Amino acid sequence: MARVVLVGNLAQLTGGVTEFELSVTSVKQLFEQLTELYPAIGRHLDDGIAVAIDGQIYQDSLLEPIRPDSEVFLLPQIAGGSTSR
Amino acid sequence: MAETTTNGHAQSVVGTRTVRPDGVDKVTGRARFGADFNLPGQLIGRVLRSPHPHARIVSIDTSKAEALPGVKAVITRADFADQPSEFIPAGEMMMNYKDVVRNVMAREKALYEGHAVAAVAATSAAVARRACKLIDVQYEVLPHVIDAVEAMQPGAPLLHDDLFTVGVEPRPDKPSNVAKKIEIKQGDIEAGFQKADLVIEREFKTAPVHQGYIEPHAALATVSEDGTAEVWCSTQGHFIVRAHCARLLGLDIGKVRVTASEIGGGFGGKTVVYLEPLALALSKKAKRPVKMVMSREEVFKASGPTSGATVRVKMGATKDGKFVAATAELKYQAGAFQGSPVQPGVMCAFAPYDIEHVYVVGYDVVSNRPKVAAYRAPGAPISEYAVESVVDEIAKKLDIDPIDLRMQNAAREGTKAAYGPKFGPIGLEETLNAVKKTEHWNAPLRKWQGRGVASGFWFNIGGETCVSLTVNEDGTVSLVAGTPDIGGLRASLAAVAADELGVPFDKVRPIIGDTGSLGFNFLTGGSRSAFSGSMAIVEAAKQIKADLCARACKMWEAKPEQVEFSDGAVRPLGALAEKAKPMTIADFARVAGKTGGPIGGVGRINAQGAGPSFGTHLVDLEVDPETGRATILRYTVAQDAGRALHPAYVEGQYQGGAVQGIGWALNEEYIYGADGKLQNAGFLDYRMPVASDVPMIDTVLVEVANPKHPYGVRGVGETPIVPPLGAIANAMENATGIRFTELPMSPPKVLKALKEKGLNKA
Repeated sequence: MARVVLVGNLAQLTGGVTEFELSVTSVKQLFEQLTELYPAIGRHLDDGIAVAIDGQIYQDSLLEPIRPDSEVFLLPQIAGGSTSR
Repeated sequence: MAETTTNGHAQSVVGTRTVRPDGVDKVTGRARFGADFNLPGQLIGRVLRSPHPHARIVSIDTSKAEALPGVKAVITRADFADQPSEFIPAGEMMMNYKDVVRNVMAREKALYEGHAVAAVAATSAAVARRACKLIDVQYEVLPHVIDAVEAMQPGAPLLHDDLFTVGVEPRPDKPSNVAKKIEIKQGDIEAGFQKADLVIEREFKTAPVHQGYIEPHAALATVSEDGTAEVWCSTQGHFIVRAHCARLLGLDIGKVRVTASEIGGGFGGKTVVYLEPLALALSKKAKRPVKMVMSREEVFKASGPTSGATVRVKMGATKDGKFVAATAELKYQAGAFQGSPVQPGVMCAFAPYDIEHVYVVGYDVVSNRPKVAAYRAPGAPISEYAVESVVDEIAKKLDIDPIDLRMQNAAREGTKAAYGPKFGPIGLEETLNAVKKTEHWNAPLRKWQGRGVASGFWFNIGGETCVSLTVNEDGTVSLVAGTPDIGGLRASLAAVAADELGVPFDKVRPIIGDTGSLGFNFLTGGSRSAFSGSMAIVEAAKQIKADLCARACKMWEAKPEQVEFSDGAVRPLGALAEKAKPMTIADFARVAGKTGGPIGGVGRINAQGAGPSFGTHLVDLEVDPETGRATILRYTVAQDAGRALHPAYVEGQYQGGAVQGIGWALNEEYIYGADGKLQNAGFLDYRMPVASDVPMIDTVLVEVANPKHPYGVRGVGETPIVPPLGAIANAMENATGIRFTELPMSPPKVLKALKEKGLNKA
C-alpha cells in the first residue's frame, strides 16, 4: 500500500490525520479514495494540489501511476495550467 | 551522464553559443514590442485611476466625457459582469476571478491608489486625457493600511467584509485582512531545539519592490461585428490572456486570438491581465480598434509589484554546526486582493538544508497596495534572505567557514525537503564547491570591504506545452512555440530541434505563434519554457522521424527494421544499404507531395519531472562610511542548470537575477506617504541598478543532469534572484560588523546604523 502524507493545511480537512496507507494505482484513484474518506477534501484536490510521488512533484497529472511501495505527498501546487482555461 | 544530456545524439548544437535568432531584430529596432502594433482607424485608450488608496465608489457619471467630441467609448464597472469565486493559477500564484474582475476595474471600492475606475477610447491621447478629467467619480474616502503587520492588527481598516481567514480552525466569525494561514511542520520542534547548543532568532523586514520591466504594459485590441476578437500585447502567456479576456468579456475562447509581442521584460509581472480586457471592452463598444499603453507611473501604481514582508526566523545548531531545528513566521503583503507568494515562501524557506525538525507558518495579508503579481521565484527571496542571514550568524558564532557550514547541512539526493518529499539528484553541494574553488573566494579584502555568501532554491515547473515542427519544401524547418520568449527560448528550442532532426541550426527558424496556431500553452513562468518546450520538441521530432522512416519503407519496399533515422537522414540497413541511398530531410522535402504530403510534427505534452535548481552566490562590496553607500565590487554566481541548452542565455539569466537581487537588497522600495500614496512612481526615485552600478557578474555553470528530461535540463530563470539578498546582507555584516535586518540597505539606513555604532567619521 502506498504511504500518503498531507502537507500543510490539508490536514484540517481530515480531522488532523496527516498520513494514510492507501491501495491506489494512480493519482486519480488516490483523489477518489481520499474524497470518499473525507468529502470536504474533494474540492481542494481538484484545485491547487500537486502530488509528489517518490520525490518527483507532479503539478497537474491525474493519470500518473502510483506503485504499492510509493511514498506520496500532497502539497500546494506551485502552478498549473488546465484550470486557467 | 553523457547519454542523459544529449538524448543519445552525437550532439552538435545543444550546449553551444549560437547566434540568437531574435538578436538582429532587437539591435536594429525591427523587433515589435507591445506598443509597436497599430491598426487602421485605431483609437487611443486611457484609464481613469483612483487617487485614493481606499475609498467606496458612491457614483460614476460619465455623461460629460461621452459628450466630448472625439470620445468613442467610455467603460466602467457596469461594463463587466461580476464573476463567481473561482481560484485559478496566475503564473506561480493563485488568483480568484471574483478578484480579477475587480482588479481590472474597481466595483464597490477603490482599493489602492491607481486602481482603475473607468476607461475611455478617443480619437487622440489628448482627447482621452480630457475625457478622463470629465468623468465625475464620487468617493467616500476610507481609512487605509499598507503594512502587512499593521493590517493584521485588530481594528485595522478592513478591505473586504467577506474575507475570512482560511487555515484557521474553527473558522473565524469575523472578517479580517488575513486571507490565509499556511503551515508546514515536520519532526518535533521542541525536542529539536533542546538538542541545540546555539539558538539564534531574528526578525527581518523587506520592502515591497516592483519587477521593474523596462517595457510598460501595452495592448491593442479589436472586436469585430461578428463577435471575433484579436489582441496584440506584451505578455508572458498569450493563451492565459485569451482565457482571462474570454471569461471577463463573455466570449468563446475560440473567437479570441491573441498574439504576444516581443517582450521587454516580465519577470512574473506579465502573467496577469490589466489593459487587455479594457481595450477589448472599449473596442467592442466603439466598434474600432483600441490601443492602450501604460505610463511608467501607471506601471508602478497599478501593476504587479511583489510583497513587502516581515519574517521571523529561529534556528538551532549544535556546537559542531549541525542544524537541529528551525522555525519561521512569514507575513506577506498580498496587495488589494488575496494571493501573495507566501505559500512558496513557506515551502522554500529551509529547502536548501537537511533539518529534522521544522515548522513554518505564513500569513497572506491584504492591504491597500496593487495586487501583487509573481516576481521571479515568487516569495522565495524574502524567506530565504532571512534564513541565509541567520545561517551566516550561526557560522560566525560557531567560528565555522560559512560555505563549510552550508555544505555540512546541505540538502542532497534523498534529503527530505522541509515541505515534504525527498529530493532526487540535486546540485547544491556542487554549487558550494564551485564557489569555494573560485579565486574570488580567497581574494584579499580591505577595510570597509566585506564578503558574503548565500544559497538559494526554487522548485521549477513543467506544464502544458504545445510546439510544432514543419519541414519546408527546401528542407528548412519552421519551429512554432506558444510560450513567449523572454530569456532565450527560441535559441534553445532551435538547438534541440537541430540536434533531434540532424539539420544545421541556421536551417531552423523559430517563432512564437499566436493562440490560433497551436494547442494550449501555459505561460512562460516557473522557469518552465525551455524545460517543457524542449521536451515537446523531442516529441514533435519523433513524429517526423517516424513518418520519414515509414515513407522510406514504402519507397524502398522495405520493412521497418531495415531503416533507421540518424544524423539527419533515413538510412537503409543491412542488405538494403546496397540498393538504396540514405535520404536526408531535404531529400524527403523535395518529394513530400509525392510521398504523402507535408512533413511535420506537433509535440503536445503536460511536462512533468521538473528538477529543482539550487544556486550559491558570492559577493564583495565596499561601504562608504561617509555616505552609507554600498558598492558591489565583485559577484560570482554558481547554479545548477542540469544541462545548459544555450550557455550564454543561461549565464544571462544568472546575471540578470543577481542584478535584480542587488537592487532589492540595496536600493529598491515602494515609499508610501502617510496618505497611502506612492511617492516614488518613477525610475528616477525608484532606484534600480543600471549597468554602471554593477561589476561584470561572473558565472559558473554547474550541470547535474535532471534524469527526468531527455537532455538533463532544469529551469534556470528564477533561482538566481533568491540568494543575492542574503549574500549582500552577509557581506554588509562582514564589512561593517552590523547585521542589517531590514531591506533595502539603502545609504540613509546604512549611514544611520554606522552613526549609531560610532563608525561614521563624517
